Amino acid sequence: MNSIKYLYAAYAATWIIHVFYLTTLVRRYSRLRQQLKDLGKK
Amino acid sequence: MKRLFPILSVITAVLLAYALNQALAIVQIPGVAPTERTMGDVQRIFYYHVPSAWTAFLLFMVNLVASVVYLIRRNPKADAVAVVCAEVGVVFCTIVLVTGPIWARPVWGIWWTWDVRLTTTLVLWLIYVSYLVLRRFSDSAQTPVLAAVLAIFGALDVPLVYFSIWFFRTQHPQPVIGGGGSLDPRMWHVLLINWLAFCCFAFLVCWSRYRLEMLQREVEEAHALESLVGAGAVSAKASMPLNRSPR
Repeated sequence: MNSIKYLYAAYAATWIIHVFYLTTLVRRYSRLRQQLKDLGKK
Repeated sequence: MKRLFPILSVITAVLLAYALNQALAIVQIPGVAPTERTMGDVQRIFYYHVPSAWTAFLLFMVNLVASVVYLIRRNPKADAVAVVCAEVGVVFCTIVLVTGPIWARPVWGIWWTWDVRLTTTLVLWLIYVSYLVLRRFSDSAQTPVLAAVLAIFGALDVPLVYFSIWFFRTQHPQPVIGGGGSLDPRMWHVLLINWLAFCCFAFLVCWSRYRLEMLQREVEEAHALESLVGAGAVSAKASMPLNRSPR
């Protein structure tokens, strides 16, 4: 059974999902920092 | 606390790398998982699939406790913990729903079947996605209360998912704990190492997400205050007599 590709696909999918989620967190964080900075200026 | 985060991050990274090696047996060091006799190497998906499911269940249980605490005490921190755990739990549950079919295809010959375990897991995911949609798109003051009630209903599905394979004949294998199946001690060791690594990782992600949640609430409060001050200035201006308007 040539199943090794499924094994790598599962592990890759896991880390792609985690990295995608962490990227959205970083984006949200930098957007909020910018909003706080703008509010501080006002 | 600020020093603790980088230290925990390093420990988690080392633990995740070690757990990955033990699961995939990249470097042959003592304690690596043996190859399963019937399924072969594809069985190693187990070391990511099962710990992801356990971590998701754990996070949904923390979400339940935080939701109950919020309903009793109306503590905004408990509400924030509930949101954070639901979101990170959905990420881990997504991994379960993605790695499961990838494992099922070479072993069962199908990607998906509507059996009790798989269906209840999908329902669990949908409940918590609904919870997050409610949190994201509802501005009502009652949203945290409604979300907390929904979280209690969602948590009822967690034991249903776990015990479904005890009570129903399903395509899914028997549970690792209490299911009567036997697991090689080396496999147990690797499974627990991976779960520990995933728990540490989930804790760090929850910590970061909690800080983000509190920052978001701070920004929302600042915006609300700004609009109040703006509205106050407008109403003060409107109430002034025309001949005494400021220059």
